[in-house]
Amino acid sequence: MSEAAAAHPGVEPAESPLTPDSWGKLGMWNFLAGDAMSFGGLIVGYGILRYSSSSWPPPSEVLGINLTALMTLLLIISSVTMVLALAAVQSGDKPRFKKFMAFTILGGALFLGCQAYEWTHLIHETLPHYKLSFSSHLFATTFFVLTGFHGLHVTGGVIYNTVVLTLVSKGRWGANHVEIAGLYWHFVDLVWILIFTFVYLL
Amino acid sequence: MATTTHTHPNYMGIFWVLLVLTVVEVGLTFLGLPKMLLGSLLVILAVWKAALVAMYFMHLKFERRTLAMIAIVPFILCLFLILMLLPDLRPA
Repeated sequence: MSEAAAAHPGVEPAESPLTPDSWGKLGMWNFLAGDAMSFGGLIVGYGILRYSSSSWPPPSEVLGINLTALMTLLLIISSVTMVLALAAVQSGDKPRFKKFMAFTILGGALFLGCQAYEWTHLIHETLPHYKLSFSSHLFATTFFVLTGFHGLHVTGGVIYNTVVLTLVSKGRWGANHVEIAGLYWHFVDLVWILIFTFVYLL
Repeated sequence: MATTTHTHPNYMGIFWVLLVLTVVEVGLTFLGLPKMLLGSLLVILAVWKAALVAMYFMHLKFERRTLAMIAIVPFILCLFLILMLLPDLRPA
């Protein structure tokens, strides 16, 4: 590196080289790109199955959108508290970081609670009423696979964020780790925004 | 260092925009619009919201170009996926 720089003294690198701070981010973005393809495949598959099905019950009627709108709000709020936690830890304000990180984790946990309630309600009451089930209609199959895959991501995110909160509080991890965890968390929020539109509203 | 002048984007401002867009989305579904129009509007709003999250919360707007190139790949591949499946589509 220094030799190359010495050989071309006037040449500036077009982009700064990888640093310990930036390669973690690069790794997370690579993972998210792959993960986006998983969700992309599921969402496109959902669209194609729905388009070629002879009967598809209106989602807003079967699923209801009030609770899900609230869930969307929860994830958006927890995304905001995540960036506020990052801003706090970057300026060295640990107590503020802990507070906002705890809110972020709480938002994710509440989201999972809402989803558990929603699923229970659907499986025991709504779906039998419409004579739909996981094994009898693609409506239910695609719904549970898509929202379930996303719910697993939220579960992973809550665990990940809890680890980040613990280790950063102990001083073993720094702001860089919060930023990388933030990327994952915002991605989960971003995917939910799309699922909310394609599965619930359309 | 050079990063001392870096200011954070207006996170609360982005939050309010996301909130308003969500309310508009839900509101649209009650208006009884034609299916095509409603669908297009909802997709535009969803992509808008997703872009806001990626640009400001995930800092893509302020990052080096390489990360944006990585982020755009899955969208291009998904577009291909849709185009490749179109010939097989038969509305029931």
